[in-house]
Amino acid sequence: MLRENEELGPSRWFLRGARGIFSLPALILMTSFVGFAAFALEAGISRGEAMFMTVMVWALPAKMILTGMLASGAHVAAIALAVSLSSIRMMPMVASLVPEIRSARTPVWLLLFLSHFIAITAWVFTTQNIGKVPRQHRTAYFAGFGMTLTLTNTALVGVCYGLVETFPPLVAGVLFFLTPIYFFASIWATSRQPVLRLAFVIGVVTGPLLALIVPGFDVLIAGIGGGTLAYLIDRFFVSRRGQTGQHGAAS
Amino acid sequence: MAGEYWVYGVILVAGWLATDIWRWLGVLAGNRLDENSEALKWVRAVATALVMAVTAKLIVFPTGSLEASPLWLRLCAAGIGFIVFLVSGQKVIVAVATSLILLASGLYFLDP
Repeated sequence: MLRENEELGPSRWFLRGARGIFSLPALILMTSFVGFAAFALEAGISRGEAMFMTVMVWALPAKMILTGMLASGAHVAAIALAVSLSSIRMMPMVASLVPEIRSARTPVWLLLFLSHFIAITAWVFTTQNIGKVPRQHRTAYFAGFGMTLTLTNTALVGVCYGLVETFPPLVAGVLFFLTPIYFFASIWATSRQPVLRLAFVIGVVTGPLLALIVPGFDVLIAGIGGGTLAYLIDRFFVSRRGQTGQHGAAS
Repeated sequence: MAGEYWVYGVILVAGWLATDIWRWLGVLAGNRLDENSEALKWVRAVATALVMAVTAKLIVFPTGSLEASPLWLRLCAAGIGFIVFLVSGQKVIVAVATSLILLASGLYFLDP
């Protein structure tokens, strides 16, 4: 069966990736983009601008900041700074995916191009599914998923703009809650190594706490500091103990 | 009108460039990492902690219509959903359904 998979051409793997548009994470993300279309209208952003933003920026948190600050008439430099801060998190996400997506022959320009389609949902989906794809077809698979997801949501923002002015509060609240709950469960299910589960727990606890103490830098500190802490704990306590005896359940 | 095109320029500079520059740096950094290296293990830990910090903040400090809902309701809905998820053999759909039903019923009954 593995051999059969390897015989499929890159275009077939591109299509298999594209089929990921019907997965649970993709559908959840699409509801978030319907919400974004409503928010863009409310903020006074035009349909064309909202679509352009979706295809060019892609990361939803960055777009929410961009839209909110555009609406309040902030200075370009201030907007660029705020968006940059929220997007620094792209760097470790991309850096952790690249070694899994590329093969020895993948050119750097292709990775630079494909990296545009990475945001949280694509990161979660790819981490979960890329292991099943033969190495030489992984870029095609990711391109299929990432590009389909971005373009579908761009179209969705265009179609839904003005369609829903605002959701009833109960519906809007439940839709908003969908994304974090989905990430909680699916990222835990994907993080099989003890070090990742430690990082998960540390991130969950320190993110909101640091938001109270150092607003603006909370996510960065929770990520870099929390991730490093998880790595060190794992390296000096968990892994060492694991070498001498059997690992317990990885939780 | 010049004013309208100006917005597209802002989106390019303050949106696209400000975001993609980090993705490109990620590619350059990640391209040097070996798949089984300790460095990649660390990068994965950082990425996971970072994503979870963002996610937890969405629950603790939501924007929009959830802003008015009580924190305990959001924490209970998320927490109980996660526990049910762990107990039920880690079915993602179970977590999503449990949490959303708890949140929706809470919002419905607390609505004055």
